[in-house]
Amino acid sequence: MSASVYPQLERVLPLVQKPIQYVGGEVNAVTKDWEQAAVRWALMYPDAYEVGAPNQGVQILYEVINERDDALAERTYAVWPDLESLMRANGIPQFTVDAHRPVVDFDLLGISFATELGYTNMLTALDLAGIPIHAADRGDSHPLVIAGGHAAFNPEPIADFLDAAVLGDGEQAVLAITDLVRDFKAAGSQGGRAALLDLLAASGVAYVPSRYEVEYLADGRIKRVKPVDAGVPWRVAKHTVMDLDDWDYPRAPLVPLAETVHERMSVEIFRGCTRGCRFCQAGMITRPVRERSKAGIEQMVARGLTATGFEEVGLLSLSSADHSDIAPLTKSLADCYSSSQTSLSLPSTRVDAFNVDLANELSRNGRRSGLTFAPEGGSERMRRVINKMVSEEDLIRTVTTAYAAGWRNVKLYFMCGLPTETDEDVLQIARLAKEVIRVGREVSGTRDIRCTVSIGGFVPKPHTPFQWAAQCDHETTDARLAKLRDAVRSDKQFGKAIGFRYHDGKPGIVEGLLSRGDRRVGAVIEQAWRDGARFDGWSEHFDYDRWMAAADTAWNDAPVDVDWFTIRERDHAEVLPWDHLDSGLDREWLWADWQDALDQVEVDDCRWTPCFDCGVCDQMGTEIQIGPTTSTIDLPIPTVTATARA
Amino acid sequence: MAFSSGFSPHPRISYANAAPTGVASEAEYVEIGVVTRCDPLDIRQRLDAALPPGLDIVDVVEALTPDFAARLEASRWSIELAGVTRATLADAVDTLMACAEAPIERMTKGGLRTIDVRSAILAAEVVDSDPDATHATAEIPSSSPCAILKVVVRQVTPTVRPDDILAALRSVADFVPPVPALVTREQQGPLAAEGVFIQDPLAPDRESAGADGTPVVP
Repeated sequence: MSASVYPQLERVLPLVQKPIQYVGGEVNAVTKDWEQAAVRWALMYPDAYEVGAPNQGVQILYEVINERDDALAERTYAVWPDLESLMRANGIPQFTVDAHRPVVDFDLLGISFATELGYTNMLTALDLAGIPIHAADRGDSHPLVIAGGHAAFNPEPIADFLDAAVLGDGEQAVLAITDLVRDFKAAGSQGGRAALLDLLAASGVAYVPSRYEVEYLADGRIKRVKPVDAGVPWRVAKHTVMDLDDWDYPRAPLVPLAETVHERMSVEIFRGCTRGCRFCQAGMITRPVRERSKAGIEQMVARGLTATGFEEVGLLSLSSADHSDIAPLTKSLADCYSSSQTSLSLPSTRVDAFNVDLANELSRNGRRSGLTFAPEGGSERMRRVINKMVSEEDLIRTVTTAYAAGWRNVKLYFMCGLPTETDEDVLQIARLAKEVIRVGREVSGTRDIRCTVSIGGFVPKPHTPFQWAAQCDHETTDARLAKLRDAVRSDKQFGKAIGFRYHDGKPGIVEGLLSRGDRRVGAVIEQAWRDGARFDGWSEHFDYDRWMAAADTAWNDAPVDVDWFTIRERDHAEVLPWDHLDSGLDREWLWADWQDALDQVEVDDCRWTPCFDCGVCDQMGTEIQIGPTTSTIDLPIPTVTATARA
Repeated sequence: MAFSSGFSPHPRISYANAAPTGVASEAEYVEIGVVTRCDPLDIRQRLDAALPPGLDIVDVVEALTPDFAARLEASRWSIELAGVTRATLADAVDTLMACAEAPIERMTKGGLRTIDVRSAILAAEVVDSDPDATHATAEIPSSSPCAILKVVVRQVTPTVRPDDILAALRSVADFVPPVPALVTREQQGPLAAEGVFIQDPLAPDRESAGADGTPVVP
């Protein structure tokens, strides 16, 4: 049995902000019989409901697990500090939003980390749940705590808090873990928690940090990472789901009760990206490209809309305009839905005129307000370093097409703090933005157009060619951004038409520490959390000084500090904390690509050119799966969206 | 379902005088615009099928008369206070009802507003809780007392909400409940000519519709 905590929770809900986020009962939420399930998962997105509820990873796993007769999955999210203190005062444990069961009652707690800044929220949830935060202190009555998501490709900073981590696509991995736990329980749970972790470690399905030992050199670098026992693999590999048409989840997406960051239904049109942008961890760790067929996507759109009533569909992927069938796909969806209340969107970041054509197609009847492109690097030189092959001519031609087609605001994404970057590279962004406004006014015939420049600080990530790079210190980042801001604002002719959005460099340093840290960073995370760190991805909650003080306390006499993990360049021979975790990328290829970056040598996309031996397909036994496919299905127009314009 | 015209069409749905988040209600009213004339019973069944457990459509009536929202003149609330004896609550309520006015301050979208709670209260009565009801919490065992305030509140602007009434009880009688109250809206509608009884706000539409459900042409 697992009793609902709702009667206690209900008492305190009137006292908190946005209580609706804690009540559950969404359209397509599932609550299964506790006793009928042999294996019970609590799935957590470690941020507030408004961020976590739309998350595709959690929604997919929730459905995949709940489809099984022998398993159930419920969801839990980070609670805001106001509810956290009321839960502590009233003895209410961390709960699931589905049946409001205590998280500690489940067999497994799966946590999806899209970003490292959710680590402190994990500790809050564990502590509220009554689960010891250190894996070593847990017993047979506690769930196995398993991390997934992109940040789990280097789980070492949270190794002390995790029982296991799953690398890569989760669909098949959660099913394999469910089987393993079911069989273990059916056989009487012989040997308890330790035996189960041994089984999991030996299976290779998940990485079990406690079954590996890290040795250090006197200067602070890692000497080696080795399995504790024979039978535990030296390296743990990522999971790759092939044939995405066979994995058409979520089939019945959740309709969040509260307003969320994505007020639309998402349909993932392909997974993976081989554009080879060197800063992009997502592109590196999700190879190879695996497309859904046009018919499969159309079916997911039609079925999902019928199941939910959403009014907007986003066609998601890492670079949606690259789908082999994207032009016929957008045309057929626009034909089907343009007379209804359903609108379609494509995350538009590819810098070319084709992308504008697609956006035009999807906005046949709608407003042409903003279109987003991501040149990422300000100068041509910088773009060669990061392998973002966009010339200034491409960019100007693209924005010209966009303004001419009636788009009023072009948003441009850039990064600051990239390897080898100088002030001059960043100041080029100002020149580019002014040129964009100049040509925009010319082709649109109006001064009423805008260009918004958004700048993110670059954080080097594991499993990318920049994993060896020195991160730019926050003082330099801030100084460069200030110069850029002045260069934009001082321009009398164009300055007012250019919006400028950026964040200061300090949060990036903490993200960098958590991204490329090793097991010693765990003590800093714990200290920061004990000192009050929560919701570190939210600027109103993030406190840089608290993190630096925590590092000073935790590393009082250690040979390492924050600078050592962030602004220090690594050499080829150094053992990196994640070297024993296999993303499929050949380490030598990554190093060669890093050297090519420094030499400003570009690399092509293997979808359209011969294989350049990044290593993934050979190592993982996978292959590129792309169209075009020709089959089509007849799409029913959902009746709920029939229009009446009074 | 009908949508508004304009650049960003919105569904034609309006929640008249919605209860605040976090309170229960047995009397909420929603107006929904549809494109073609529908069978009210069919709409009720389809909405019920789509809504989560605990949200039930009690009745669907075709709107044949205007100004529905204006008919929601008052609400009857039940404010259940665990850990409070009937006598304690009754004393506090008597103090409040004896006041000529009971101003409290609340932050609204327009800034800090002073609201007179007393003038909006038409009637107040204290009763014992239903002995079968469970209201045990970690700090309050089920054997503890539990008193319920039944209160009829006139719809004014800004709205006087149940938590405003509790704030007024605190302000005039130092009444502080040990745990948060469980609040339920029991009724909403027009006031009877005399007294404080609330009537069915859908009655005019029901009357206009005749026995077979077709509208009566005047």
